[in-house]
Amino acid sequence: MLVLNSKSNISVKDEEAYSEIMPLERESDPVGGAVSDPILEIRDTTVSFDMERGESRVLDSVSIDIQRQEVLGVVGESGSGKSMFASALLDAVVDPGQLSGDITYHPSTDESVDLLNVSPEELKQLRWEDISMVFQGAMSSFNPTMQIRGHFKETLKAHDYDIGEGIERAHELLSDLYLEPERVLDAYPHELSGGMRQRALIALSLVLEPRVLVMDEPTAALDLLMQQSIINLLMDLKEKYNLTLLFITHDLPLVAELCNRVAVLYAFDFVEAGPTDELIDEAGHPYTRALLNATPNLNAPPDEMQPIDGSAPDPVAVPSGCSYHPRCPLATEECIEQDPQYYSMSSNHAVACHHWEESVEAIPLNHLLTEDDAASPMEPTAESTSENMGSTNEVADNEF
Amino acid sequence: MSSEPIISVDDVSIHFEEETGMLDLFEEPDTVRAVDGVSFEIEENDVIALVGESGCGKTTLGKSIIGLERPTAGSIKYRGQDMWDAKDWKGDVDIPFKEIRRSLQIIHQDPGSSINPNKKVISSLSIPLKKHRPNLSQEERQNHIYGMLETVGMTPPDDYAARYPHQLSGGETQRVALVRALLMNPDLILADEAISALDVSLRVEMMDLFLELQDAFNTSYVFISHDISNARYLAQKAGGRIAVMYLGQIVEIGPPEQIIHNPQHPYTKALRWATPDLNSTSDNELPLRSVDIPDPIDPPSGCRFHTRCPEAREACKDTNPELISADDGTDHQAACYLLDENHEYWNSEPLSEDTPTQTS
Repeated sequence: MLVLNSKSNISVKDEEAYSEIMPLERESDPVGGAVSDPILEIRDTTVSFDMERGESRVLDSVSIDIQRQEVLGVVGESGSGKSMFASALLDAVVDPGQLSGDITYHPSTDESVDLLNVSPEELKQLRWEDISMVFQGAMSSFNPTMQIRGHFKETLKAHDYDIGEGIERAHELLSDLYLEPERVLDAYPHELSGGMRQRALIALSLVLEPRVLVMDEPTAALDLLMQQSIINLLMDLKEKYNLTLLFITHDLPLVAELCNRVAVLYAFDFVEAGPTDELIDEAGHPYTRALLNATPNLNAPPDEMQPIDGSAPDPVAVPSGCSYHPRCPLATEECIEQDPQYYSMSSNHAVACHHWEESVEAIPLNHLLTEDDAASPMEPTAESTSENMGSTNEVADNEF
Repeated sequence: MSSEPIISVDDVSIHFEEETGMLDLFEEPDTVRAVDGVSFEIEENDVIALVGESGCGKTTLGKSIIGLERPTAGSIKYRGQDMWDAKDWKGDVDIPFKEIRRSLQIIHQDPGSSINPNKKVISSLSIPLKKHRPNLSQEERQNHIYGMLETVGMTPPDDYAARYPHQLSGGETQRVALVRALLMNPDLILADEAISALDVSLRVEMMDLFLELQDAFNTSYVFISHDISNARYLAQKAGGRIAVMYLGQIVEIGPPEQIIHNPQHPYTKALRWATPDLNSTSDNELPLRSVDIPDPIDPPSGCRFHTRCPEAREACKDTNPELISADDGTDHQAACYLLDENHEYWNSEPLSEDTPTQTS
């Protein structure tokens, strides 16, 4: 079996085993390869809505493994299907959406639960107790007329947990998250700041000791300082409670700091997945590379940042072949006609692009340029005229 | 006249009285010090990016700059004319308040709620134009609006003009808001978190549009953002400044290159630390002594950052530091005693072993 969390763990034998299962089918093989100890296996999972204009597939035959205790980032723009992916994991797709495919949950290595074929009672139990979820906007997740304590009690009661023990655990979680437990438990949601509310929600989602925590943009509404603090706290909680974290966001720099692995969604399917460092520095898909170049960040010189041309496809009219071809600078006839399979860039890095080998050359990544490459005005004295100190922009222009 | 800055903010404070009863901890009417003693100027074709956490007063300050919020102390001048004297017709008014308000426009964070959902784009855009330029015929007005829609990349303009707001994407709605501001031919646009609701991948495009329009229409921007990488992108490309706010005060201001690569104030360093990085090499130690921001009702004594500052010493509790030049050859200033070699700070005791400060 393969271990995908760290490259160094893959022996030569594993590499051979891996190459035998080539070529990969986009529908049935997990993007980025199978993992050694999956807690969730998602296969050929589709969510569709019947609309007047036609069938709208908002998740299109996705397959991916989630390794026990990994931190997986799922990145996509608005309308790429990322929230649908989160809902599918809990069989919580809203009506009239149709969910199909296979999702297998392994509470431990030898047990498996077919998530899409369990009884409603079992499903209710699995949610929160095994797989828990935090959405963005904690305000709408809380009942505004109920104290935070009430939310904890209600959740514990609904799952037949001992209230006393549960509240004790809530205390511990809240103080792990740098909150004063009693004060927060006695507060109404509106009495807490946005950051406190979001932390209270995270504590609530962990009170039943789930194994998997799915987070859909959990920090999007927060200040960066609060976001970063919460993420640090989450990492501590992950270690303390052996959690598997699935982090769904549009924010690539955020997952770059946080996750072991990243999977990129485009037009309702994964187009690339791999270990974070490889994906950030050696992305193979032109979309991933364009997304990296379009993201405001402090590494890249501002003049190098480029928006992505065109717009994301409509779920009713996804382009033929590779869904990215109308926006892709490398697109050829082949891309229009044939949907690419997953090509392996390394043993655990897969990409759905016919031209992945060219993309690295064709689309340079701007965050790998240093400011010096782009004629940095940082230290004008070092390389250029020192009298230009005042007007740094001129220095930058002159040097080019 | 032309030598006057567009906006001069001089020692401006904005305090709000809060009713009691919100939290039972307080009994006297509380004063929220949203902005406290802020001064700076905005020139023509200038960009200033205000960054800071929620509740630091950046939106209140922004609104006061465009005449939507009356300062409780200090003055705000538009081209040398005190705005609120103009409003009150006090003294010799060179520029009427109406004219000042027209010159200073705003784009909000949530474009969806700032545009009437029941009106087509064309009528939402016609209303301000009718007011501002009543002499235009209907055809001239329409041509003007179509022209502006094309300028912001909404082609074909007649198609977009006939749409309702719900038929536009987030980015398109924000463009309509931008057109509406530009139709007033403003000298300055306040963009209050105007790109925060957009996908990360659309932000660069929107900011590039701001920059193009800055050139084309000679507009200055006050760009409010909690995200220092967006602020840096816009300010650096425009040759502007970044001002970092904390609890109602500017704690550091200067060219973006300096703020990003040579931050002086420990708070700016913390913001810099909190900004996600693609090539993550940063360590994960929180450079703050407390996660939560103190209550602006009762801000800490002395330097307001001392309750969270990892560098704080006893001396920081006494007096509030003024902005001091960072001495790096640019107009870079920070309000921290670390910049003053001779300050008693250096001889006082570190505060680090305090009990963790909690907010109320």
